[in-house]
Amino acid sequence: MNQDKMPIEGSFQIIGGNFTTAGEASSEVKTVLTDLGVDGDIIRRIAIATFEAEMNVIIYAAAGQLFYEVTDEYIKIRVQDMGPGIEDTNRAMQEGYSTAPEWVRNMGWGAGMGLPNMKKNADTFLLDSVVGEGTTVEMTMNLIKE
Amino acid sequence: MKISDAIDELQLQVKTCKDKLSTEVTGAYVSDLLSDVMGNLQQGNIWITLQIHMNIVAIASLKNAAAIITIGGRSPQYDVLEKAASEKVVIMSTPLSAFETAGRLYSLLNK
Repeated sequence: MNQDKMPIEGSFQIIGGNFTTAGEASSEVKTVLTDLGVDGDIIRRIAIATFEAEMNVIIYAAAGQLFYEVTDEYIKIRVQDMGPGIEDTNRAMQEGYSTAPEWVRNMGWGAGMGLPNMKKNADTFLLDSVVGEGTTVEMTMNLIKE
Repeated sequence: MKISDAIDELQLQVKTCKDKLSTEVTGAYVSDLLSDVMGNLQQGNIWITLQIHMNIVAIASLKNAAAIITIGGRSPQYDVLEKAASEKVVIMSTPLSAFETAGRLYSLLNK
């Protein structure tokens, strides 16, 4: 890896309800990691978790921001939204539990797999939510294959 | 098997990226739940779905899918096809059902 330019950082504004630009942040993260020569399986896991995090802002929040930081050892992704917050975070982490509206489900989202998918694909996963204020997800993934 | 080997049997109408039909197909995945597809579709798979909105392009691109087949004669709108073309995602439409599409593709892949 070229370590001269580390860390690499980026941020994205995500607008709630804007489904057409979904995936832009994960696509950029994927490109950055591919250019650094990170292992393909690790990139795929990170891309999945990042995309799910983007989608949650688009589906549930008015707006949010995604930050990423890449070092030669790990990537940290923090997604902070101005959304309704999650009342029961334990339930929200259960696969299949979702509060998404019908029209979102008809698009194939809102199946209650987003947060579990993030946790499954991250090496560390933190969820912090305050009802009425918003939700923050912070994930890190190791970039070096063990 | 290449994508092009499935065109006649699956009655596919190629909507985007006609220059990418020699791509090798590793298998297929049938699902309309997008998180499920993100989690389980393997690189080089054909994705069979009834979803035709913009997000299918980003998912197929992110997962390096060989192609998307939209079933039941459904075809994405122009803006989706335009995005797919720019992201180099092959989209094809079939009049067949998901069951018929998957069944015929399964036979072709196991020939």
